[in-house]
Amino acid sequence: MAEGDRSPGASIEVEVLRYRPEQDSEPFYQSFTVPYAEDLSVLQALQHIKDDLDSTLSFRWSCRMAICGSCGLMINGIPKLGCRTFLREYYPGRVRVGPLNHFPIERDLVVDIEDFVGKLEKIHPYIIPREPRTLDQGEYLQTPRQLQRYLQFSNCINCTLCYAACPQYGLDPAFLGPGITALLHRYNADSRDGGQAKRAAIMHAEDGVWGCTAVSYCSEVCPKAVDPANAINQNKMASAMDYFLRFVKPGGARK
Amino acid sequence: MSAETRTMGKRRPYRRAMDGWWTRNPFFVRYMIREWTAVLVAAYALVLLVGAVRLAQGEAAYSAWFESMKSPFALAFHWVTLAVFLYHTWSWFEIMPRTMPAIFVGGKRLARGVITAAGIAAALACCAIVLALALGGGR
Ligand code: SF4
Ligand code: FES
Repeated sequence: MAEGDRSPGASIEVEVLRYRPEQDSEPFYQSFTVPYAEDLSVLQALQHIKDDLDSTLSFRWSCRMAICGSCGLMINGIPKLGCRTFLREYYPGRVRVGPLNHFPIERDLVVDIEDFVGKLEKIHPYIIPREPRTLDQGEYLQTPRQLQRYLQFSNCINCTLCYAACPQYGLDPAFLGPGITALLHRYNADSRDGGQAKRAAIMHAEDGVWGCTAVSYCSEVCPKAVDPANAINQNKMASAMDYFLRFVKPGGARK
Repeated sequence: MSAETRTMGKRRPYRRAMDGWWTRNPFFVRYMIREWTAVLVAAYALVLLVGAVRLAQGEAAYSAWFESMKSPFALAFHWVTLAVFLYHTWSWFEIMPRTMPAIFVGGKRLARGVITAAGIAAALACCAIVLALALGGGR
């Protein structure tokens, strides 16, 4: 990058999708010119717009360090975290920022994730102890190998980037989707957990793992390397086994 | 005020259309190609099935079918199918690591590339064996 690119006067064009339900019939792009520096994130560009150019702009953020999961955006068409994406990746070209795909737009860059939260509540996203223990029996022990079985799936920050990456979710919002299935699997795969039966119906349903056609873009965009496509697809095997074994098990077919 | 109007107020959530979704990202274009190559893979399975039926009908029927497979159109179809099969095979093993539980070797997780390469190597080995049998049997 040339020295001049970092000069104090440098600027970059940021196009933002606007949608104000009380006055706009449909979303449109609005262009802003924002001061450029190598270490500025897309989120900081939005904050500059809100502070200095147009205070009506709405967007979500909190931690600014890729851990709260609230700043998900479509950045030049790719689902990304605004706080972890830097203007330098696009400079001197323009940056186009939109709300996450496949969710209804609430206002500007804010989407309605009610559906995601509702699904999260349904999957019992907590450990249901396999065997209850009292305090004096001590902690639940786990080997490093048992930890490895679910560790990557527990890194999910609920950013919903994977939903914005999933065309199957876009085409049919009833699909349980990548992130939630990864979390469901995170608890199912935990050696301390005994709640698999409670989560089975949701996972094995047509809207569960079978809604996935292995596009796998979810795993490409995930900022935490959760690999939700892996959680879904390894459970297709479990789901198929569950289906066929019930014919083999005594009395299973009547379940 | 009902619960509905209280939560909705001026809300008017905007749903975006999915038309042409797969053209918007090269990743989706590659996915669509993978899905469509499966159609040709199935079509070729049908061609082989017809061959098997003709074989069951006797030598004359099988020879006629075999001759028909030598027409310029049939040969072109085979070349196209071969190219499509190669892409399909690669795309299949490319996503294989995403479809199976993590494999640990000596405490370390097996890399995705290793699984893909092993799958492709196995496919090549199978092809080589079938080819050797076919060529050997023809003599
Ligand atoms: S799986 Fe990854 S992309 Fe999906 S919500 Fe969790 S952290 Fe975000
Ligand atoms: S602001 Fe928290 S993840 Fe970006």
